[in-house]
This record gives sequence, C-alpha cells and structure tokens, in this order.
Amino acid sequence: MKQDKIIGAILLLVALSAISGLGLITVFIFREGVPIILRLGARQFFLSTDWEPSLGKFGILSMIGGSLAVTVGAAAIGVVFSLGLAIVLTQFSPPGLSAALKPLIELLAGIPSVVYGFVGVVTLVPLIRHTLGGPGLSVLAASIVLGIMILPTITSIAIDALQAVSPTYLEGSIALGATRWQTVTMVILRAARSGIVAAVILGMGRAIGETMAVIMVAGNALEVPHSLLDPVRTLTSNIALEMGYASGAHRQALFATGVTLFVIITLLNIAALGFSRRRPARSRVG
Amino acid sequence: MAKKIETQGLDLYYGKFHALSGVNLSIESHVITAIIGPSGCGKSTLLRSLNRMNDLVHGVRVAGRVLLDGVDILAPSTNLSLLRRRVGMVFQRPNPFPLSVFDNVAYGLRVHGEMRRSHLLPVVESSLQSTLLWDELKDKLDSSALELSPEQQQRLCISRVVAVKPEVLLMDEPCSALDPIATGRIEDLMRALAGGYTIVIVTHNMQQAARVAAQTAYMLLGELVEVGPTAHIFENPKDKRTEDYVSGLYG
Repeated sequence: MKQDKIIGAILLLVALSAISGLGLITVFIFREGVPIILRLGARQFFLSTDWEPSLGKFGILSMIGGSLAVTVGAAAIGVVFSLGLAIVLTQFSPPGLSAALKPLIELLAGIPSVVYGFVGVVTLVPLIRHTLGGPGLSVLAASIVLGIMILPTITSIAIDALQAVSPTYLEGSIALGATRWQTVTMVILRAARSGIVAAVILGMGRAIGETMAVIMVAGNALEVPHSLLDPVRTLTSNIALEMGYASGAHRQALFATGVTLFVIITLLNIAALGFSRRRPARSRVG
Repeated sequence: MAKKIETQGLDLYYGKFHALSGVNLSIESHVITAIIGPSGCGKSTLLRSLNRMNDLVHGVRVAGRVLLDGVDILAPSTNLSLLRRRVGMVFQRPNPFPLSVFDNVAYGLRVHGEMRRSHLLPVVESSLQSTLLWDELKDKLDSSALELSPEQQQRLCISRVVAVKPEVLLMDEPCSALDPIATGRIEDLMRALAGGYTIVIVTHNMQQAARVAAQTAYMLLGELVEVGPTAHIFENPKDKRTEDYVSGLYG
C-alpha cells in the first residue's frame, strides 16, 4: 500500500542514482579521452608503438599487445586449473566436499590484488629469473599471477554451468557402458559449453582489467613482447603509473587508454552474456 | 524357456529405507517381462539392479545375487562397462544427448572404442532401421537430437541402446512421457524387438503389460508378490493382493 509505494520510490531513486553515477563516469571518460584519439587519428593512436608523452607521441600498440599477452596467458592457465577444479568438484567428489570447497574458492576472490602481486614479486619473479632467465618481471609472471586471480571467477561459474546439466544425460551415458570420464568429455562438457565459455570470457574481463598485481610483476617496459620472458606494460598499468603526474595532452591520452580498455571489457562482457543466455541444452520434454 | 536373468534373495537399501526385500525373480530369454505395481513399490529399483544403475545412488546397499546367464553381476569383479553393454536401458523420459542424431546412436560404439565413421555408419543405419526411424531421419543425421518429437526422441534412445547389440533391454516406463498414439507405436516396436532381445519393462499401466508382456511380475512394498504368464496374473491370480491390484481395488 502507501508505505510500499514510498519504499519502492526510494529504492528506485537509489538504483537510478547508482546507475546514473556509472553513466556519468562513462560520459566523463569518453569526453576526456575521445578528442585526442580523433586529433591524433585512430591509426596513430592504436597502431603506433611510440609512447613518449614529452614529445607528444601517444601510441598504445605495445600496451594493447601487453594486455592481450597477459590476458591470453592468464586465460590459458586459469582455464586449465578452473575447469579441472570444476569437473572434479561436480563429477568426481562426494557432494559434501564440493559444498565445503566452493565457498573456499570464492573466498580467494576476496584477497586484495596487491597481496597476489606481492607474493608474485617475492616468489615467482625470482624463480623465473633463476630458472628460465630474463628479468623475471615478465609476461609469464603476470600470466601466472592473473591466472590464479581469475581462478575463483571461472571455477565458480563453470561449477554452476556443470551443475545445471540435466542428470538424465549422466544416466543415459552410464547406462550405455560409458565411464564417468567418458561421460564428462563426451556429453557433460558439451552440454555445459555455453556456460563454460561465458565463465572464461568473464575471467578474461577480470584479467584485462586487473592493475595492481600486474604492475608489480609485469615489468612495465614499453615494448611489444617477443617472448614470455619479456617485460610488458598493460593498458591498466599505463594509466595507473602515469596518471599521477600527467597533464594536458598526456592526461587526455591516458583517458583515451581508459576508453580503449572500457570498450574491450564491454565487448567481452557482451560476449559472455550472449553465451550464458543460450539456454543449456535440454531435452524438450525433460 | 531358458532363464536369462535370475535374482536370488535380492535385498536393497537406500540408507535405512528397505526398498527391495528378498526378491526372487526369473526372467525368461527372448520374451517381454513386465513388472507392475503401485508407485514406490520398488519396480524401478529392481529394474535398475539388473544393470547396476543403482550404483550411482549414494548410500545404496545390496545383498543377494543377480545372475545373468548364471554369473553373479553383483560380484565386485564385474566389468560394469561390459555389463551395461549387454544389458541396455531405456528411461522414462526420453534423454537423447545434446548431440546430433548420428552422434547419439554412435555414442555407445564410441564409448566402447569404435571411432571410425566408416564402421559407425552401417551400425547407425541398421539401428535406426530397427526402430523405424531411418526413413524419417536419414537426411537429418547431423541435426540436433533435441529437435525431434518426444516419440522420435524415445525411438532414438532405443536405437542408441540397440546399436551396442545388447542381450537384454530394460525399459523404465518408456511411454509415460508419450501420448497414446506414440505409446501404441512404441509398443509395436517392443513386440517387434522381442524376438531378438530379452526385454524387461516397468510400467504402472496394467493394460500396457497385458498388451505386450508374455510374463508379468507384480510388486508391492518392495516385495515380489507374484510372477507368472501374463494371462494368469490378470485373469487368475493366486495371491489376494495381486487380485485386488489387477481388478483395480487400489494402485
């Protein structure tokens, strides 16, 4: 009644102000960043590797390369471990164990990224330097740290996708003489495919947007990486490292870097949404 | 007639629930045996003991013996993959995999190691022919099995089992998700298959048992009350409880 209406109106106002806050941030970033892209030309901005703010050169290609390299690396590492974990917890362990472990995995998502970065710098970077050579601060180090950081995201969504697969598939497959493992690889992963792809894309979105841990372990050199052991600078690192002292065109170029990042992450999220909206395949009468 | 399957003193517990108690049932070779009884009487549980599908249930305990051609399948040394190849199962709700028609029928063969498409194709064709699906689906082998009608899906599930050349077909209320016309056609199919396979069907539809089965077993509260030729069970039951059930007093 009347009280409900008032509460409804208040909640609507709160929701709208949160959304409009996001909208304002978006508008602000684009207003600050887009003009310099237009002035330099998209080609100059996106396809040049020269980033020398003091000379007025703003090419972000090496950072796009750096972001892509660590994101793909992180996804490769994250997918292997997350999918393995999700399969074990949903298919090969007693229900009590997965119920106990899933919250623990989700807890991993709550550890601050600076902690991941710190552990990476103290243990992983020297390890890579001594065993594989190079500076240690590298694509490889960043990929491993990010791979671990996105593990909770991918695992948790992949578990949901696997649990949504109709148990009648399992029965049908076992009844034909298949082993549990054959059933997983031949039917269950196929049935959960769209959800798993969405999980991986969302994980990649997290990886490409991560900043602190990457700054600590990636080395931040301004060059297109040629090997996994080369140091790289990502789009996020670039903004975080330089925003403190940037002004004028330099500051605008950093906003333009942010616009680039924003567009990439939005596209990833749209793709993930598209995949997860595809209903898990189910038998029509099932 | 030869005994294909024989259960001896079969007891089964789900946790503390005593689902089957002392079931002694002989299933004749190459005929259709129906298991009837009210909901919850243990008939599906009994059926699922014959290919050890109950192993999937947590906390299940089984005692007694289930002999397939005289060999106890409850023995720990049983090769479950081979057992389920010999004793195939069709479920209550059609459950084709979210794969193509071809991949559904070829599934069992692939599971058992046959990967060459040239070897799979003739088996897929003959399996679909045995369930009268080939003419309808020969041009749709690559489309998804989930797009078929429920009856076609159930026929496909039967084809999928037939493809691995089982000796026994277990059917757990295979028509309960189908309309009466589709049910009639699936029953025709069962009769056509009966010569080549030993078929055990669980149904709560007494007319269905009367129409298809040579032998009928009546179960109540986890016990096998009576088993015999179908006509005897329906017209001249020995046990009062069977008579009450088949005459429609309860169930």
